[in-house]
Amino acid sequence: MINPTEYVPKSYRPPVSTYWWLGRWAYAKFILREISSVFVAWIVLLVLLQIYALKHGPAEYEQFQMWLAKPWVVLLNTIAFFFVVFHAVTWFNLAPKAMAVRLGGKRLPGIAVAAPNYAAWVVVSAIVTWIVLRG
Amino acid sequence: MRYHPEHDQEPWFETYEVPLRKEWVVLDALNYVKDHLDGSLTFRWSCRMGVCGSCGMNVNGVPKLTCATFLTDCAPGPVRIEPLKNFPILRDLVVDISDFLVKLANAKPWIIRKVEKPLEEEYFQTPEQVDEYKQFSMCINCLLCYAACPVYGLDPLFSGPAAIALAQRYNMDSRDQGAAKRMDILSQHEGIWGCTFVGECTKVCPKHVDPAGAIQQYKLTSSIEWLKSLVLPRGAE
Repeated sequence: MINPTEYVPKSYRPPVSTYWWLGRWAYAKFILREISSVFVAWIVLLVLLQIYALKHGPAEYEQFQMWLAKPWVVLLNTIAFFFVVFHAVTWFNLAPKAMAVRLGGKRLPGIAVAAPNYAAWVVVSAIVTWIVLRG
Repeated sequence: MRYHPEHDQEPWFETYEVPLRKEWVVLDALNYVKDHLDGSLTFRWSCRMGVCGSCGMNVNGVPKLTCATFLTDCAPGPVRIEPLKNFPILRDLVVDISDFLVKLANAKPWIIRKVEKPLEEEYFQTPEQVDEYKQFSMCINCLLCYAACPVYGLDPLFSGPAAIALAQRYNMDSRDQGAAKRMDILSQHEGIWGCTFVGECTKVCPKHVDPAGAIQQYKLTSSIEWLKSLVLPRGAE
Protein backbone atom coordinates (compact mmCIF):
# COMPACT_ATOMS: atom_id res chain seq x y z
CA MET A 1 0.00 0.00 0.00
CA ILE A 2 1.17 3.52 -0.77
CA ASN A 3 0.88 6.00 2.08
CA PRO A 4 -0.74 9.39 1.56
CA THR A 5 1.47 12.44 1.61
CA GLU A 6 2.57 13.48 5.10
CA TYR A 7 1.75 17.15 4.52
CA VAL A 8 -1.84 17.81 5.58
CA PRO A 9 -3.03 21.34 4.80
CA LYS A 10 -5.92 22.89 6.70
CA SER A 11 -9.11 22.02 4.91
CA TYR A 12 -12.85 21.93 5.41
CA ARG A 13 -14.83 18.73 4.96
CA PRO A 14 -18.53 19.55 4.56
CA PRO A 15 -20.69 17.23 6.70
CA VAL A 16 -23.00 14.84 4.86
CA SER A 17 -26.64 15.37 5.83
CA THR A 18 -28.80 12.37 6.76
CA TYR A 19 -31.20 13.63 4.08
CA TRP A 20 -28.59 13.89 1.31
CA TRP A 21 -30.81 11.75 -0.93
CA LEU A 22 -33.67 14.26 -0.93
CA GLY A 23 -31.70 16.85 -2.90
CA ARG A 24 -31.80 15.09 -6.26
CA TRP A 25 -34.40 12.84 -7.86
CA ALA A 26 -31.71 10.38 -9.03
CA TYR A 27 -30.59 9.85 -5.41
CA ALA A 28 -34.18 9.58 -4.12
CA LYS A 29 -34.90 7.00 -6.83
CA PHE A 30 -31.86 5.01 -5.70
CA ILE A 31 -33.06 5.03 -2.07
CA LEU A 32 -36.56 3.94 -3.18
CA ARG A 33 -34.95 1.13 -5.19
CA GLU A 34 -33.03 -0.02 -2.11
CA ILE A 35 -36.16 0.21 0.10
CA SER A 36 -38.03 -1.91 -2.45
CA SER A 37 -35.99 -4.89 -1.21
CA VAL A 38 -37.93 -4.74 2.07
CA PHE A 39 -41.18 -5.16 0.15
CA VAL A 40 -39.71 -8.03 -1.87
CA ALA A 41 -38.88 -9.71 1.47
CA TRP A 42 -42.44 -9.01 2.64
CA ILE A 43 -43.93 -10.75 -0.43
CA VAL A 44 -41.66 -13.78 0.21
CA LEU A 45 -42.86 -13.88 3.83
CA LEU A 46 -46.47 -13.62 2.65
CA VAL A 47 -46.05 -16.64 0.35
CA LEU A 48 -44.46 -18.62 3.21
CA LEU A 49 -47.39 -17.71 5.49
CA GLN A 50 -49.78 -18.78 2.73
CA ILE A 51 -48.06 -22.18 2.39
CA TYR A 52 -48.10 -22.56 6.19
CA ALA A 53 -51.85 -21.86 6.28
CA LEU A 54 -52.44 -24.25 3.38
CA LYS A 55 -50.61 -26.99 5.26
CA HIS A 56 -52.94 -26.62 8.27
CA GLY A 57 -56.19 -27.33 6.45
CA PRO A 58 -59.12 -25.43 4.88
CA ALA A 59 -60.21 -23.66 8.10
CA GLU A 60 -56.78 -22.16 8.69
CA TYR A 61 -56.53 -21.17 5.02
CA GLU A 62 -59.93 -19.46 5.12
CA GLN A 63 -58.82 -17.53 8.19
CA PHE A 64 -55.64 -16.51 6.31
CA GLN A 65 -57.75 -15.29 3.39
CA MET A 66 -59.93 -13.24 5.75
CA TRP A 67 -56.78 -11.70 7.18
CA LEU A 68 -55.64 -10.91 3.63
CA ALA A 69 -58.90 -9.03 3.00
CA LYS A 70 -58.37 -6.63 5.92
CA PRO A 71 -58.05 -3.05 4.63
CA TRP A 72 -54.56 -2.45 6.04
CA VAL A 73 -53.26 -5.72 4.55
CA VAL A 74 -54.79 -4.82 1.16
CA LEU A 75 -53.21 -1.36 1.38
CA LEU A 76 -49.81 -2.78 2.39
CA ASN A 77 -49.91 -5.34 -0.40
CA THR A 78 -50.90 -2.71 -2.98
CA ILE A 79 -47.90 -0.59 -1.95
CA ALA A 80 -45.72 -3.73 -1.93
CA PHE A 81 -46.92 -4.60 -5.45
CA PHE A 82 -45.78 -1.24 -6.84
CA PHE A 83 -42.44 -1.50 -5.07
CA VAL A 84 -41.86 -5.04 -6.36
CA VAL A 85 -42.64 -3.90 -9.93
CA PHE A 86 -40.26 -0.95 -9.44
CA HIS A 87 -37.63 -3.38 -8.11
CA ALA A 88 -38.00 -5.68 -11.13
CA VAL A 89 -37.93 -2.85 -13.69
CA THR A 90 -34.84 -1.19 -12.18
CA TRP A 91 -33.12 -4.59 -11.90
CA PHE A 92 -33.73 -5.41 -15.56
CA ASN A 93 -32.66 -1.95 -16.67
CA LEU A 94 -29.37 -2.26 -14.77
CA ALA A 95 -28.62 -5.76 -16.11
CA PRO A 96 -27.01 -4.50 -19.37
CA LYS A 97 -24.51 -2.45 -17.34
CA ALA A 98 -23.29 -5.48 -15.42
CA MET A 99 -23.13 -7.77 -18.45
CA ALA A 100 -20.97 -6.66 -21.32
CA VAL A 101 -22.01 -9.29 -23.84
CA ARG A 102 -19.82 -9.43 -26.92
CA LEU A 103 -20.87 -11.05 -30.16
CA GLY A 104 -18.57 -11.14 -33.18
CA GLY A 105 -16.18 -8.64 -31.56
CA LYS A 106 -18.88 -6.01 -30.94
CA ARG A 107 -20.63 -5.29 -27.67
CA LEU A 108 -24.35 -5.97 -27.84
CA PRO A 109 -26.54 -2.90 -27.22
CA GLY A 110 -28.14 -2.67 -23.77
CA ILE A 111 -31.60 -3.38 -25.12
CA ALA A 112 -30.45 -6.81 -26.38
CA VAL A 113 -29.55 -7.78 -22.79
CA ALA A 114 -32.59 -6.20 -21.11
CA ALA A 115 -35.21 -7.41 -23.63
CA PRO A 116 -34.82 -11.18 -22.92
CA ASN A 117 -35.24 -10.42 -19.21
CA TYR A 118 -38.48 -8.57 -19.87
CA ALA A 119 -39.64 -11.29 -22.27
CA ALA A 120 -38.99 -13.99 -19.63
CA TRP A 121 -40.89 -11.88 -17.06
CA VAL A 122 -43.93 -11.60 -19.37
CA VAL A 123 -43.88 -15.33 -20.21
CA VAL A 124 -43.60 -16.43 -16.55
CA SER A 125 -46.33 -13.95 -15.52
CA ALA A 126 -48.59 -15.23 -18.32
CA ILE A 127 -48.08 -18.86 -17.22
CA VAL A 128 -48.81 -18.01 -13.55
CA THR A 129 -51.92 -16.02 -14.58
CA TRP A 130 -53.11 -18.93 -16.71
CA ILE A 131 -52.61 -21.42 -13.85
CA VAL A 132 -54.43 -19.14 -11.35
CA LEU A 133 -57.36 -18.28 -13.65
CA ARG A 134 -57.77 -21.88 -14.88
CA GLY A 135 -58.63 -23.02 -11.38
CA MET B 1 -18.53 29.43 -2.77
CA ARG B 2 -15.64 30.99 -0.87
CA TYR B 3 -13.45 29.49 1.83
CA HIS B 4 -10.23 30.93 3.16
CA PRO B 5 -8.58 28.51 5.54
CA GLU B 6 -6.69 31.37 7.25
CA HIS B 7 -9.79 32.99 8.71
CA ASP B 8 -12.97 31.04 7.80
CA GLN B 9 -14.48 28.37 10.02
CA GLU B 10 -16.69 27.21 7.16
CA PRO B 11 -17.41 28.16 3.53
CA TRP B 12 -19.74 31.00 2.57
CA PHE B 13 -21.30 32.29 -0.64
CA GLU B 14 -20.41 35.44 -2.51
CA THR B 15 -22.37 36.80 -5.46
CA TYR B 16 -20.78 38.29 -8.58
CA GLU B 17 -22.42 39.76 -11.66
CA VAL B 18 -20.87 38.68 -14.94
CA PRO B 19 -21.84 39.45 -18.56
CA LEU B 20 -23.81 36.70 -20.31
CA ARG B 21 -22.18 35.95 -23.64
CA LYS B 22 -23.39 33.26 -25.98
CA GLU B 23 -20.02 31.56 -26.36
CA TRP B 24 -19.05 31.75 -22.68
CA VAL B 25 -18.75 28.74 -20.45
CA VAL B 26 -18.87 28.79 -16.64
CA LEU B 27 -15.05 28.80 -16.56
CA ASP B 28 -15.05 32.03 -18.64
CA ALA B 29 -17.33 33.60 -16.04
CA LEU B 30 -14.95 32.54 -13.25
CA ASN B 31 -11.98 33.97 -15.13
CA TYR B 32 -13.94 37.19 -15.65
CA VAL B 33 -14.46 37.39 -11.87
CA LYS B 34 -10.76 36.68 -11.26
CA ASP B 35 -9.59 39.25 -13.85
CA HIS B 36 -12.06 42.08 -13.20
CA LEU B 37 -13.90 41.69 -9.90
CA ASP B 38 -11.93 39.71 -7.32
CA GLY B 39 -8.42 38.46 -7.95
CA SER B 40 -8.47 36.38 -4.76
CA LEU B 41 -11.02 33.88 -6.11
CA THR B 42 -9.18 30.55 -6.35
CA PHE B 43 -10.00 27.69 -8.73
CA ARG B 44 -8.18 25.13 -10.86
CA TRP B 45 -8.23 25.11 -14.64
CA SER B 46 -5.88 24.45 -17.50
CA CYS B 47 -6.81 23.32 -20.99
CA ARG B 48 -10.28 24.89 -21.47
CA MET B 49 -11.23 22.05 -23.81
CA GLY B 50 -12.39 19.12 -21.69
CA VAL B 51 -9.12 17.21 -21.79
CA CYS B 52 -7.12 18.04 -18.66
CA GLY B 53 -9.91 17.34 -16.18
CA SER B 54 -8.88 20.04 -13.70
CA CYS B 55 -11.85 22.46 -13.82
CA GLY B 56 -14.50 20.14 -12.37
CA MET B 57 -16.91 21.85 -9.96
CA ASN B 58 -20.46 21.49 -8.76
CA VAL B 59 -22.56 23.76 -10.97
CA ASN B 60 -26.07 24.22 -9.60
CA GLY B 61 -25.55 21.07 -7.52
CA VAL B 62 -24.37 18.84 -10.38
CA PRO B 63 -20.70 17.91 -10.93
CA LYS B 64 -19.59 19.39 -14.27
CA LEU B 65 -16.50 20.40 -16.19
CA THR B 66 -16.85 24.19 -16.05
CA CYS B 67 -15.09 24.48 -19.43
CA ALA B 68 -17.86 22.42 -21.02
CA THR B 69 -20.87 24.00 -19.33
CA PHE B 70 -22.29 26.96 -21.23
CA LEU B 71 -23.62 29.93 -19.30
CA THR B 72 -26.59 30.10 -21.65
CA ASP B 73 -27.60 26.61 -20.47
CA CYS B 74 -27.72 27.97 -16.91
CA ALA B 75 -29.67 31.13 -17.90
CA PRO B 76 -31.31 33.17 -16.45
CA GLY B 77 -29.18 32.39 -13.40
CA PRO B 78 -27.99 32.75 -10.75
CA VAL B 79 -25.39 30.03 -11.25
CA ARG B 80 -24.30 28.41 -8.01
CA ILE B 81 -20.71 27.22 -8.23
CA GLU B 82 -19.32 25.02 -5.45
CA PRO B 83 -16.19 22.92 -5.14
CA LEU B 84 -16.54 19.23 -6.05
CA LYS B 85 -18.50 17.47 -3.35
CA ASN B 86 -17.09 14.70 -1.14
CA PHE B 87 -13.56 16.16 -1.07
CA PRO B 88 -12.03 18.39 1.62
CA ILE B 89 -12.05 22.03 0.49
CA LEU B 90 -8.61 23.66 0.51
CA ARG B 91 -9.56 27.14 -0.66
CA ASP B 92 -12.61 28.55 -2.47
CA LEU B 93 -13.26 26.12 -5.33
CA VAL B 94 -10.11 24.03 -4.92
CA VAL B 95 -10.40 20.59 -3.32
CA ASP B 96 -7.81 18.21 -1.91
CA ILE B 97 -7.59 15.17 -4.21
CA SER B 98 -4.72 13.37 -2.43
CA ASP B 99 -7.08 10.61 -1.30
CA PHE B 100 -7.93 9.82 -4.92
CA LEU B 101 -4.28 9.80 -5.96
CA VAL B 102 -3.52 7.17 -3.30
CA LYS B 103 -6.47 5.04 -4.43
CA LEU B 104 -5.53 5.41 -8.07
CA ALA B 105 -1.99 4.16 -7.39
CA ASN B 106 -3.37 1.26 -5.33
CA ALA B 107 -5.47 0.18 -8.34
CA LYS B 108 -2.19 -0.30 -10.28
CA PRO B 109 -3.32 1.47 -13.46
CA TRP B 110 -0.44 0.39 -15.64
CA ILE B 111 0.40 -2.68 -17.72
CA ILE B 112 1.77 -5.47 -15.55
CA ARG B 113 3.66 -8.26 -17.28
CA LYS B 114 4.85 -11.51 -15.77
CA VAL B 115 7.65 -11.57 -18.32
CA GLU B 116 8.55 -8.45 -20.30
CA LYS B 117 9.32 -8.84 -23.98
CA PRO B 118 12.70 -7.51 -25.17
CA LEU B 119 12.55 -3.79 -26.06
CA GLU B 120 12.83 -4.49 -29.80
CA GLU B 121 9.62 -6.54 -29.80
CA GLU B 122 6.16 -5.02 -29.96
CA TYR B 123 2.89 -5.98 -28.31
CA PHE B 124 0.34 -6.26 -31.09
CA GLN B 125 -3.37 -5.69 -30.60
CA THR B 126 -6.29 -6.12 -32.94
CA PRO B 127 -8.89 -3.32 -33.20
CA GLU B 128 -11.31 -5.66 -31.36
CA GLN B 129 -8.86 -6.02 -28.48
CA VAL B 130 -8.50 -2.23 -28.27
CA ASP B 131 -12.29 -1.87 -28.29
CA GLU B 132 -12.51 -4.07 -25.18
CA TYR B 133 -10.95 -1.42 -22.94
CA LYS B 134 -11.02 1.79 -25.00
CA GLN B 135 -14.09 3.22 -23.28
CA PHE B 136 -12.48 2.92 -19.83
CA SER B 137 -9.23 4.44 -21.09
CA MET B 138 -10.97 7.74 -21.87
CA CYS B 139 -10.92 8.75 -18.17
CA ILE B 140 -9.30 12.16 -17.57
CA ASN B 141 -9.29 11.92 -13.74
CA CYS B 142 -11.61 14.91 -13.44
CA LEU B 143 -13.26 13.33 -10.36
CA LEU B 144 -16.80 14.35 -11.27
CA CYS B 145 -17.71 10.71 -10.59
CA TYR B 146 -16.40 10.93 -7.01
CA ALA B 147 -18.40 14.12 -6.46
CA ALA B 148 -21.55 12.39 -7.72
CA CYS B 149 -21.02 9.20 -5.69
CA PRO B 150 -22.94 9.21 -2.37
CA VAL B 151 -21.12 6.04 -1.28
CA TYR B 152 -17.79 7.87 -1.43
CA GLY B 153 -19.35 10.80 0.44
CA LEU B 154 -20.55 8.53 3.24
CA ASP B 155 -17.56 6.18 3.30
CA PRO B 156 -14.29 7.84 2.24
CA LEU B 157 -12.56 4.44 2.38
CA PHE B 158 -14.42 3.37 -0.78
CA SER B 159 -12.00 3.06 -3.73
CA GLY B 160 -14.42 5.00 -5.90
CA PRO B 161 -15.54 4.93 -9.54
CA ALA B 162 -12.55 6.25 -11.54
CA ALA B 163 -9.91 4.15 -9.76
CA ILE B 164 -11.94 0.96 -10.33
CA ALA B 165 -12.77 1.87 -13.95
CA LEU B 166 -9.07 2.43 -14.61
CA ALA B 167 -8.18 -0.88 -12.98
CA GLN B 168 -10.72 -2.50 -15.28
CA ARG B 169 -9.18 -0.66 -18.25
CA TYR B 170 -5.90 -2.52 -17.62
CA ASN B 171 -7.59 -5.82 -16.71
CA MET B 172 -9.25 -5.85 -20.12
CA ASP B 173 -6.09 -4.98 -21.99
CA SER B 174 -4.81 -8.05 -23.87
CA ARG B 175 -1.18 -7.01 -23.09
CA ASP B 176 -1.78 -6.99 -19.32
CA GLN B 177 -1.22 -9.91 -16.93
CA GLY B 178 -1.85 -8.15 -13.62
CA ALA B 179 -5.56 -8.81 -13.05
CA ALA B 180 -4.89 -11.06 -10.05
CA LYS B 181 -2.75 -8.40 -8.34
CA ARG B 182 -5.49 -5.77 -8.78
CA MET B 183 -8.17 -8.21 -7.66
CA ASP B 184 -6.59 -8.51 -4.19
CA ILE B 185 -7.19 -4.83 -3.51
CA LEU B 186 -10.34 -4.20 -5.47
CA SER B 187 -12.33 -7.23 -4.34
CA GLN B 188 -12.19 -6.00 -0.75
CA HIS B 189 -15.27 -4.55 0.90
CA GLU B 190 -14.06 -0.97 0.27
CA GLY B 191 -13.36 -1.89 -3.35
CA ILE B 192 -16.04 -3.00 -5.78
CA TRP B 193 -18.35 -4.34 -3.07
CA GLY B 194 -18.71 -0.92 -1.51
CA CYS B 195 -20.56 0.20 -4.66
CA THR B 196 -24.35 0.10 -4.33
CA PHE B 197 -24.87 0.96 -8.01
CA VAL B 198 -26.39 4.42 -7.68
CA GLY B 199 -25.21 4.95 -11.25
CA GLU B 200 -24.68 8.71 -11.01
CA CYS B 201 -20.94 8.39 -11.71
CA THR B 202 -21.77 7.22 -15.22
CA LYS B 203 -24.32 9.99 -15.77
CA VAL B 204 -21.93 12.82 -14.87
CA CYS B 205 -18.88 11.42 -16.68
CA PRO B 206 -17.93 13.89 -19.44
CA LYS B 207 -16.02 11.19 -21.33
CA HIS B 208 -18.70 8.46 -21.26
CA VAL B 209 -16.40 6.09 -19.41
CA ASP B 210 -19.26 4.32 -17.59
CA PRO B 211 -17.51 3.62 -14.26
CA ALA B 212 -20.72 2.10 -12.84
CA GLY B 213 -20.69 -0.47 -15.65
CA ALA B 214 -16.99 -1.18 -15.03
CA ILE B 215 -17.63 -1.84 -11.34
CA GLN B 216 -20.59 -4.15 -11.96
CA GLN B 217 -18.63 -6.08 -14.60
CA TYR B 218 -15.77 -6.36 -12.13
CA LYS B 219 -18.19 -7.71 -9.51
CA LEU B 220 -19.24 -10.40 -11.99
CA THR B 221 -15.60 -11.32 -12.71
CA SER B 222 -14.76 -11.36 -8.99
CA SER B 223 -17.74 -13.62 -8.22
CA ILE B 224 -16.80 -16.04 -11.01
CA GLU B 225 -13.19 -16.13 -9.74
CA TRP B 226 -14.45 -16.81 -6.19
CA LEU B 227 -16.70 -19.60 -7.46
CA LYS B 228 -13.82 -21.08 -9.45
CA SER B 229 -11.55 -21.05 -6.39
CA LEU B 230 -14.31 -22.82 -4.45
CA VAL B 231 -14.95 -25.51 -7.05
CA LEU B 232 -11.34 -25.88 -8.20
CA PRO B 233 -9.24 -24.91 -5.19
CA ARG B 234 -5.98 -25.96 -6.85
CA GLY B 235 -6.62 -25.31 -10.51
CA ALA B 236 -8.35 -21.93 -10.57
CA GLU B 237 -5.67 -20.25 -12.69
